Amino acid sequence: MERLIKKRAILVIALILGLIAAGCGGAQEDTEKSSSAEPKEPYKIGAIFDISGPGSSLGVPERDTVNMIVDKINEDGGIDGHPIELIMLDNKSNETEAALAAKSLIQKDVLAIIGCSTSGTTLAMLEGIQQAEIPLVSAAASIRIVEPVNERKWVFKTAQSDSLVADKVAAYLKSQGLTKIAFASMNNAFGDSGKVEFEKAAAREGIEIVATEKFEQNDTIMTSQLTNIKKANPQAVLAWAIPPSASSFTTNYKQMGLTMPLIHSHGIGNKTFIELAGDAADGVVFPAGKLLVAEGLPNDDPQKQVLVEYATEFEAKYGPRNTFGGHAWDALQIVLSAVEKAGPDRAKIRDEIERTTNFVGISGVFNMSPEDHNGLGLDSMVMVKISGDQWEPVD
Amino acid sequence: MSLSSELLQYLLSGLTMGGIYALVALGFVIIHNVTGIINFAQGEFVMLGAMFMVTLVNAGVPAAGALVIAVILVMIVVGLIEIGAIRTARKASPITLIIITIGLSTAIKGIALLVWGTNPYKLEPFTKGGPIHIGGATIVPQSLWVIGTTVLVLALTFFIFEYTYWGKALRACVVNKFAARLMGINPQRMSLLAFVFSAALAALAGIVIAPITYVTYDMGLMLGLKGFVAAVLGGLSSTPGAVIGGLALGIIESMGAGLLSSGYKDGIAFIILLLVLFLKPGGIFGTSGTKRV
Amino acid sequence: MKDLLRQKRLRHALILLFTLIIFAVPFLVTNNYYLSVLVIIGIHTIVVVGLCLLMGYAGQISLGHAAFYGLGAYTSGILTSTYNVSPWLAMLAGAVGTGIIAYLIGIPIFRLKEHYLALATLGLGLIIHVVLMEEVELTGGPSGLSKGIPYLSIGSLVFNNDFKYYFLVWILALLAVILANNVVHSRIGRALRSIHGSEFAAQSLGVDTGRHKLQVFALSAIYASVAGSLYAHYITFISPSPFGLMTSVQFVVMAVVGGLASIWGPILGVSVITVMAEGLKEFMPLLIPQAGGEYEIVVYGIILVVIMIFMPDGLTATLVKAYESWRYRKERPNETS
Repeated sequence: MERLIKKRAILVIALILGLIAAGCGGAQEDTEKSSSAEPKEPYKIGAIFDISGPGSSLGVPERDTVNMIVDKINEDGGIDGHPIELIMLDNKSNETEAALAAKSLIQKDVLAIIGCSTSGTTLAMLEGIQQAEIPLVSAAASIRIVEPVNERKWVFKTAQSDSLVADKVAAYLKSQGLTKIAFASMNNAFGDSGKVEFEKAAAREGIEIVATEKFEQNDTIMTSQLTNIKKANPQAVLAWAIPPSASSFTTNYKQMGLTMPLIHSHGIGNKTFIELAGDAADGVVFPAGKLLVAEGLPNDDPQKQVLVEYATEFEAKYGPRNTFGGHAWDALQIVLSAVEKAGPDRAKIRDEIERTTNFVGISGVFNMSPEDHNGLGLDSMVMVKISGDQWEPVD
Repeated sequence: MSLSSELLQYLLSGLTMGGIYALVALGFVIIHNVTGIINFAQGEFVMLGAMFMVTLVNAGVPAAGALVIAVILVMIVVGLIEIGAIRTARKASPITLIIITIGLSTAIKGIALLVWGTNPYKLEPFTKGGPIHIGGATIVPQSLWVIGTTVLVLALTFFIFEYTYWGKALRACVVNKFAARLMGINPQRMSLLAFVFSAALAALAGIVIAPITYVTYDMGLMLGLKGFVAAVLGGLSSTPGAVIGGLALGIIESMGAGLLSSGYKDGIAFIILLLVLFLKPGGIFGTSGTKRV
Repeated sequence: MKDLLRQKRLRHALILLFTLIIFAVPFLVTNNYYLSVLVIIGIHTIVVVGLCLLMGYAGQISLGHAAFYGLGAYTSGILTSTYNVSPWLAMLAGAVGTGIIAYLIGIPIFRLKEHYLALATLGLGLIIHVVLMEEVELTGGPSGLSKGIPYLSIGSLVFNNDFKYYFLVWILALLAVILANNVVHSRIGRALRSIHGSEFAAQSLGVDTGRHKLQVFALSAIYASVAGSLYAHYITFISPSPFGLMTSVQFVVMAVVGGLASIWGPILGVSVITVMAEGLKEFMPLLIPQAGGEYEIVVYGIILVVIMIFMPDGLTATLVKAYESWRYRKERPNETS
């Protein structure tokens, strides 16, 4: 018996070692590619994303985007000859781990940190960030990440705030003459923040919310919620969620035979939504960064070139584009351009980030200031309509 | 919309969800009955079944063939896990075994994340055709498949446990392990059998519900949790109990979301669950056969 | 008798040694990140010490302790940020409130047995979690508390960095261990162990098993609540997500890995699990560049399974066994050769 157990133990350990060895084998090819020219002192940049766990649909494209940019810059000789040393950590969508990850990066003397992917994980690490006086550019949405701005001296973010998105949607609904709205949201920080902000925006625009429903992140059958929505008889339905629950909601919506316009939030800014919802996705309208409709933009749009370039590159390597990767693109590029101007000094980098003006990014054109640590306006978003499996701008 | 058609809609949605929970709960009950283990990796078995199915279908294997292969694959994986981890530790206390299943579930989930990534996958419904309308309420054909499979699996389980040698041997292990061994039944082999059988049920469950729920690497957590709840609600040792526990949980959730508050849906379900437990500490089907919901 | 005395001396020596280590560590470890990991270990240790009392000595599992942890965190967070109550008072209020809630809910719950009890505690945890999510006016809902949570302070000493917080947390953790130690070796402790042995036998000897179990349940909830308060004042932001089912399961895993039969189990279990998770985060990228959490999760799961297979009674039990066999061999050197 003892011997049998030992044999199994050896088997398990061999398995783990094999796994690790396999990884190492793949790794070697990457590391031996260092250039012949004498590199200068590397610039250390930290990144923390929600790569696994519930936030992973955001964190994974963000990781891929950041890796893509860093590889490219290092191949081209780095920033003024300084290669970038990227230290990326996965917070597993866990707030405690995010806080620890930030401390770990700070201890490793990184110049600045980008991340996290979601608002909760970002908010959990702000305390450590503010205390250590290190610049942070988050890719998450909540306005609370950068406000009140006097308590967020070191913190910036690149994703459009939910308040901005809500304003955009409310303005669209108003323009279509839809003033009796049913609101359904995913029961998490994303959906909750959307609900709060849309209620404010609706009140401003004179839109009446006739029903509010919630569904869980993992729910797949929302017919009970939809029955209540149907009963309230709204002119349109607004859903604030990400796939897969956003897709379930949409397919259920069509199966229940609801026919009023269905509006979604920016949470469905990836192809996954359309793939999952299939035919039911046809006709859905939602606000999004211009990335999704980059090719269809007029040629004089300042962002067009950057957008098409990023989209082509990303799609060649990792599959369909999505707006989350774009937020990470902006965060990293803003940090890098500040590093380029300021050199390896955290305080100067922060000041440069705050001075970012007319920065043409993926999520919009950024104009940061001491009062605005996001720097995006309403023009950073467009309303997009799904037609077949394509995104089309709505004008 | 009239109240009756509204209630009918909640009931139909509840039955669909309930069917899903019931299928998962059955797997819990079978493993618990034979080995005394609460298998927290049960939800991951469901996920594996659905993932294998989607992968095979996307690779061009016809649906029926893919179903059989996916189920067999999950049975093999779980069989290996049973031999590798559960059997080695079978002398440990129940709580240690539970932690082992938690560790297994974490590892399986991680491997699934490595292999299939974070994106959800879609599986086409078994039968084409739009939703069916009954008295102002709507149900999709796949829901009928789920409910039908639940009934079929229940009947099959009943038949196996009552009329086949292996089924009787499994039951003998439940009643008295020592006596069963005296009768020439090897409890170790029975544990393997229970795990593999319950893996087959889990895989089947995963495949049938995939067109409704989509397939993600982390779908197992919620399904495992609700399945566990349904199983305990039904008394943890009775297969019809598991099915009724599952259906009851689904209907309570659906009614709670529709009539009271969709945000408090899960809370309502658990409050009712606690009340049931307080009134009937052995679960609905705890000790005294059947009856009462 | 002599043996008993020796055991008691050993116990006291261990506590003394442990105290010395605690006070020495922050002067040896200057790395802030390591200190913050130690702070988190300390906070979790307090929860798991309570859980171990419940599981190891009263033989009752709880899959809902993250909820008590959350109740403490939210009571502290809400009272200090929204109502400007003194942090210490808020912590006390959280502890007392959580204790009372646990005691009251415990009355019906502890009539249940085994898996039903596990399910009931799981349900309780989920219900509290849903309340944290839904009572937006009070808790801020899924987005978390909207106002900043102030630091803890004593007079002019503000616990605003890892170094100071380390001492605060570990002094409380030490007190938690000593208190638990006293409970274990008190009359109640003996009664508790008798429950674990055979509840029926204990009852027939006149031990009020029900009341003792409830008391321990409430005590362990208070432990969790205090730890929650410490978490809130450390991170200064709270949302419902760290107080869900997965955290409850994690606490149970820590308790079992450490071993339920010793008050040192929690410290060992929490440390091993936390260091393992953090260590994997550090070292996996060295082994497999660009590896995300996927690999960490797989390796973490496998290690957990391996630990439980080879040390089914937890790390402390294995260590004690090793120590005993070492002493046995030392005392009788001739017999073995």
